[in-house]
Amino acid sequence: MSDSPRVLIVGAGHAGGTAAALLRQYGFEGPIALVGEEPIPPYQRPPLSKAWLKGEADEDALTLKPAEWYAEAGVDLWLAAPVASIDRADRKVTLSDGERLPYDILILATGARARPLPVAGADLSGVLSLRSAADAEALKTALGPGKRIVVVGGGYVGLEAAASALALGAEITVVEREDRVLARVASRTLSSFFQDYHQTQGVTFHLGARVTGFDGVDGKVTAVRLADGATLPCDVALVGIGALPNVELAAGCGLALADGIVVDGEARTSDPAIFAIGDCTWRPMPLYGRELRLESVPNALEQAKQAASAIAGRAPPPSEVPWFWSDQYDLKLQMAGLADGADEIVVRGDQAAGRFAVFHLREGVLTAVEAVNAPPEFMGGRQMIGRQARVDPAKLADTAVSMKEVAAGQ
Amino acid sequence: MAKITYIEHDGREHEVEVRPGLSVMEGAVKNNIPGIDADCGGACACATCHVYVDDAWRERTGKASAMEESMLDFADEVEPNSRLSCQIRVTAELDGLVVRLPERQH
Repeated sequence: MSDSPRVLIVGAGHAGGTAAALLRQYGFEGPIALVGEEPIPPYQRPPLSKAWLKGEADEDALTLKPAEWYAEAGVDLWLAAPVASIDRADRKVTLSDGERLPYDILILATGARARPLPVAGADLSGVLSLRSAADAEALKTALGPGKRIVVVGGGYVGLEAAASALALGAEITVVEREDRVLARVASRTLSSFFQDYHQTQGVTFHLGARVTGFDGVDGKVTAVRLADGATLPCDVALVGIGALPNVELAAGCGLALADGIVVDGEARTSDPAIFAIGDCTWRPMPLYGRELRLESVPNALEQAKQAASAIAGRAPPPSEVPWFWSDQYDLKLQMAGLADGADEIVVRGDQAAGRFAVFHLREGVLTAVEAVNAPPEFMGGRQMIGRQARVDPAKLADTAVSMKEVAAGQ
Repeated sequence: MAKITYIEHDGREHEVEVRPGLSVMEGAVKNNIPGIDADCGGACACATCHVYVDDAWRERTGKASAMEESMLDFADEVEPNSRLSCQIRVTAELDGLVVRLPERQH
């Protein structure tokens, strides 16, 4: 339809690919172009450190849509096409090869990149990060029985990769700068549970340890050096120390920035013709009365819904409680809400049996839940957080009272 | 390939061919069928791929696992034929399967 606006999506990851699909689901009939840096159509990143690394999922299972879907749906897919700049006055995007693509509405879904470790030897072959399918392929190729892997960073990417690599017979050492794993993203209770569990499986930890460099022979990594003088020999070093939002294009065209591209509750940037979604955004979180950046698939999907709804003229989607999951060994971790600011912690269930939940309360109101192999606690908790429910800590801790009852009875 | 019919809450039908080995959820997502969100991509972590299995097919789609049951327990509008579609693996025996989608997944 010639009177429909032209939508251009920059970034063909989970967020960008989902935005294109939702626009079609919502009946948007105008032209859509989806431009990505990577050589393959949009795919899911979470399995890269889990099922895919272990060889339990193939490429077909990773992709969001089959390759032919894009043409069938009238989505003009540009792959291996990095964007150089955005011209807001002319409403055009310039690719690095000079091609200029026009837009009426632009969606930035530029994602985040692995935070580099600025030490000597970080450019040696065998020093890897894990963000893209290509990264995962390189890691998978390097893994195997007896291979020595040093994981730098005890966050989700590092611990998930450690669990998967161990399943493939590798020897794993995790080096973490803080005094506990998952320090930025989980409670102390959860950190110590996960550390113990990994240790039981055979993972070695160096906590409160700073990496000062990588040693190599013939351009290939052979060891990780620590500030205390220790040297950890390795075949592969995986660096997973967080992600940086890709905001350079937004900065280059003068959009408002914080720790990410600033957007409102419908994912619109400071330019009304430009939306931004996913890991690259700095977004409002009304439930907690503040703004933040979230690196998660549920967040990318929620914002893709917001942008697609606004563009297609549909009612905005209901706001969601932020949540996250991680699979390690036979542990399913599900978390909802934001735990910072909590003044009371309630543990429900049996840590020794590997089935429990940590609830975070603030002035008697549930603000976050971390559940290990405890879906009812996660599901009930997430619903109560959304309602800003007041809970009785004694009832919450009592497993004789079902979560259904806890969630229902205020 | 197995033919699967997904019926949206408003009655719109989508009949698609799904490769055995994929889940019923993946069959919907890969064909861009509205009404299945599948936030977690099939990890049985979110309960946003809730479907109602047509009565004629309930036996062949099997029973929900304990984990799936406990996730479903907290979904909206749960019925005895409710399942999480990421937990139903497509096989040749499911050729002709009919599932209905709830009004919303969140």
